[in-house]
Amino acid sequence: MGNVPSAVKHCLSYQQLLREHLWIADSVPGALDPAQEASQLSGLPEYVKIVEVGPRDGLQNEKVIVPTDIKIEFINQLSQTGLSVIEVTSFVSSKWVPQMADHTEVMKGIQQYPGVRYPVLTPNLQGFHRAVAAGATEISVFGAASESFSKKNINCSIEESMEKFEEVVKSARHLNIPARGYVSCALGCPYEGSITPQKVTEVSKRLYGMGCYEISLGDTIGVGTPGSMRRMLESVIKEIPPTALAVHCHDTYGQALANILTALQMGINVVDSAVSGLGGCPYAKGASGNVATEDLIYMLNGLGLNTDVNLHKVMEAGDFICKAVNKTTNSKVAQASYNA
Amino acid sequence: MGLFGFIMQHPQLVTQADRSKSSASTSSVSTFPKRVKIVEVGPRDGLQNEKNIVPTSVKIRMIDMLSEAGLPVIEATSFVSPKWVPQMADHIEVLKGIQKFPGINYPVLTPNFKGFQAAVAAGAKEVSIFGAASELFTRKNINCSIDESLQRFDQVLKAAQAAGIPVRGYVSCVLGCPYEGKISPAKVAEVSKKMYSMGCYEISLGDTIGVGTPGIMKDMLSAVMHEVPVAALAVHCHDTYGQALANTLMALQMGVSVVDASVAGLGGCPYAQGASGNLATEDLVYMLEGLGIHTGVNFQKLLEAGTFICQALNRKTSSKVAQATCKL
Repeated sequence: MGNVPSAVKHCLSYQQLLREHLWIADSVPGALDPAQEASQLSGLPEYVKIVEVGPRDGLQNEKVIVPTDIKIEFINQLSQTGLSVIEVTSFVSSKWVPQMADHTEVMKGIQQYPGVRYPVLTPNLQGFHRAVAAGATEISVFGAASESFSKKNINCSIEESMEKFEEVVKSARHLNIPARGYVSCALGCPYEGSITPQKVTEVSKRLYGMGCYEISLGDTIGVGTPGSMRRMLESVIKEIPPTALAVHCHDTYGQALANILTALQMGINVVDSAVSGLGGCPYAKGASGNVATEDLIYMLNGLGLNTDVNLHKVMEAGDFICKAVNKTTNSKVAQASYNA
Repeated sequence: MGLFGFIMQHPQLVTQADRSKSSASTSSVSTFPKRVKIVEVGPRDGLQNEKNIVPTSVKIRMIDMLSEAGLPVIEATSFVSPKWVPQMADHIEVLKGIQKFPGINYPVLTPNFKGFQAAVAAGAKEVSIFGAASELFTRKNINCSIDESLQRFDQVLKAAQAAGIPVRGYVSCVLGCPYEGKISPAKVAEVSKKMYSMGCYEISLGDTIGVGTPGIMKDMLSAVMHEVPVAALAVHCHDTYGQALANTLMALQMGVSVVDASVAGLGGCPYAQGASGNLATEDLVYMLEGLGIHTGVNFQKLLEAGTFICQALNRKTSSKVAQATCKL
């Protein structure tokens, strides 16, 4: 604005702001402060479930291979923040994803807190069996709304991948293990460019129909904007109830929170994010990755929405993992707080 | 794939005025303005908060590149005492040195009557003044009350009116204050109303420390819109907590059609060391183009201007779009 005041030292620190100004403090389950109620936008869900994908989607896209004990400590810290779902690892071949080579040790090594779920990615039946043997009680399968992406990523067509997933999900259901379905490239593909909402709907419906309890719609390369998010969701919501949908926004072009706000306005109440905004983007060198959990919580708290998650504790876990991978956080909230 | 290949594959990066027509039938898009005027504050608000002093020739080149990018309003400099803001010490040379493209406005900040006179003498055709929605912020910033600060500007507004020079009014701390904390929407409305009735043609509502979130933005705008027509309002969001674009989206949904931004997201935050500053113009344009909203901006040239100034400042861009499209 105008002149830079010399009295900067006297201004409220972030810690003080947190204490005194509820819109950025921890959300209290159930009870809304009158101020929060006033600022709660009408039509928004009261509670938003955050699915923390840092340990899997985040770390998977980090260059530095993180030692197993660090991964375990990281997940244990996240378990104490109030997050109810933490995606732990991926039972994929270490040839493809070296970062996830220690999937069995991680799954076995973490403390499983009551009330917290620890899904793991299982790309095929083999991965599924290994996951179950290692103690997994929830799994995820990963489809795509783009043929080219599917072929380049998992070397088969969408249809072929669906057949594989049917086997996995069927086996999971036999063992009463819930399965979550992901749809990549929901708002655009690095190879095909724009993706039609109809295609996203088709793939989502397939996954939902085979028994996935929730479908996470991923803007894999972060190209989406509120307009394309709205058009895509309008199409999917015709076939799948919004309560069974989640959004998984990458922040490659800085659009993630705006896209998430749009999704919330349309009745979506499950949002994926990664602490510290971990993960780069394999399709845009130097670009950022997932939306940062801290920044998401900040927005949700400000909107007066319940998340049950403690922002301070998430920031601590973020600080821990950033030091471990030797990089600065991608979370703006963390940047503003830790240097204050 | 190269930058061009990428842009061709992502048509939302190319100006498509027709897009808004075809999607107007969707009830959602009809709630957005068809056109948004972007006020580029990088050369002033952005550079003002950058540690490295930028040479005059670089500032001039930066502004010329922004003009070439088609931004309709570019805030060129601030006629403030160099003692307070060393970065803006070359205000006269900058204003005189830039190319004045037809159809583009180059407002300058004038903190007092003396600054206003100097600005007019240097050729300024538009000026900006600032107030705040916080008494404590005003007291600590310029050592007087809000009312007193507005009285001081009365002289500027009268002289500007006589000279036919439009005046833009800024209101700081509209969603929170680093000293007072929470700010009431009623207070923001009161200050905005005063500045508007004093003769400011447009009121830019600034989330100075970036603490706001969309619900609070909505509440604040609802109150202000009772007093000032929405067509005369702009939002100026800082991205200190990553909320700027979401807050801007909310403002657009409320009918605001003027948005301030800074190329490369220049500017830090004097209240949160290490924090980021303004909303990045590139990221804003990306969203607006994706929504089919006309901006008149040449995206490619905007990116070039951002690359240029970041190199000159020896810093990385704060724009996510620029980061993603940059080939390292």
